[in-house]
Amino acid sequence: MKTMRYWSVRHARGLHWLYQGLETLLVFLHPVLNWVGYERLETPFSRLESAVKGLLFDSQSCGQCTLGNTGMACPMNCPKTLRNGPCGGVRADGGCEIQPEMTCVWVTAWEGSQKLGNQESTIQIIQPPLDVRNKGTSAWLRATRKKVAENHAV
Amino acid sequence: MLFEDEPNSGENLPILPGHVSPGRFERVLRSGQFAVTAEIAPPDSADPHEVYVRASSFDGYVDAINATDGSGANCHMSSVGMCALLTRCGYSMIMQISCRDKNRIAMQGDVLGASAMGVSNILCLTGDGVQSGDHPEAKPVFDMDCMTSLEMLRGMRDRGQFLSGRTITSPPQIFLGAAANPFAPPFDYRPLRLAKKVAAGAQFIQTQYCFNIEMLKDYMSKVRDQGLLEKVFILPGVGPLASAKSAEWIRNNVAGVHIPDAIIKRLSGAQDQKQEGVNICIDMINQIREIEGASGVHIMAYKQEHRVAEIVEKTNVLGDRKPWHPNR
Repeated sequence: MKTMRYWSVRHARGLHWLYQGLETLLVFLHPVLNWVGYERLETPFSRLESAVKGLLFDSQSCGQCTLGNTGMACPMNCPKTLRNGPCGGVRADGGCEIQPEMTCVWVTAWEGSQKLGNQESTIQIIQPPLDVRNKGTSAWLRATRKKVAENHAV
Repeated sequence: MLFEDEPNSGENLPILPGHVSPGRFERVLRSGQFAVTAEIAPPDSADPHEVYVRASSFDGYVDAINATDGSGANCHMSSVGMCALLTRCGYSMIMQISCRDKNRIAMQGDVLGASAMGVSNILCLTGDGVQSGDHPEAKPVFDMDCMTSLEMLRGMRDRGQFLSGRTITSPPQIFLGAAANPFAPPFDYRPLRLAKKVAAGAQFIQTQYCFNIEMLKDYMSKVRDQGLLEKVFILPGVGPLASAKSAEWIRNNVAGVHIPDAIIKRLSGAQDQKQEGVNICIDMINQIREIEGASGVHIMAYKQEHRVAEIVEKTNVLGDRKPWHPNR
């Protein structure tokens, strides 16, 4: 579904705005989510999230989502799963070193991040190495709990 | 070249204030001298003698030797093994460490071991994909990337901690490097990517082969605009091409190497193509040394290691300086 993936990057700004709306809503709903129990919500949320993000971004459900910092291009589609920028093997036409028929994920991410208008900020954030234990879990719920904890700390 | 506080051969130098490593390479760069590094091809052999012979061809011409880590995803003697043998003789080694074959546990262990053996410089690389080598069926690791491995090694050195937070009783004293490819898309992002690597801990940079000086100049001016020249030492990569045919092959088959048509034309028009390849390399070095922010050159003379001496001599980049070597 590369067509959908490229569509999402072209519409990075709108999708990013949509996600921020969702995050605000989830943070607002935190008392309810907490009452139901995050553990009980994990399975339905991860399924829903994987379906939506799978369709839009070919998301690999790493559980440590970084789409907002990578121009709405899922870096886990990079055959080297690079989360911090392109390797030196990108071909002259922008093709991937390993799968030449695919445009380098980071060439796409760079285009998307310029659409987000924050190319000099968030794409420069050093993404920590992946915690493989998070694979298949809901990044939405994780981000919600993180945001709630941050709001509490302030 | 001997330092005033020269130790016995095979032992490290005292660490000067403002330095992070006990190595010669950091000293040469920080004293503002134009540095020369070269890549050594690891043998497909368990014979240490082959390693010593290969290293000795650089004697007196290079400030540090890069030990590659399965370059091109082909199997050779390990970079740790190469460094173990050569640091014993006193050579200044740059140990390359690629993310393709090792996870975070193996990488950190190798760095401690390497540092214990006297390795003072480590170059963090992403690594070529397995499809380009002789074991395309292998499982690629890529647990870390070059950015996170730089941060991890900096944490080991400066905080004295593994990535897990566990304490390292005697941290590795290492000068950290990374690679850069100014000649691959997305071009606008490449200088920003360098800034990110510097933020992650890179103190020196060795670039991919340069065969297009205008592209390099453009990149370097953007790097200067990012304010990076005061924070990092940049050594553009160069190397002799063997013939027009081999240049054509490299261009089509080796990921990330950009060779303009003009270079191939110049090679094919030459009587002695091999010598012309060396001449092109010499021309590149002479132009690179004029670029603001170029702290040295990195010579990758794959299968032409014996020509490094000629290249260095003809460019006279070292002036009357003769880098230390064990057979002097």
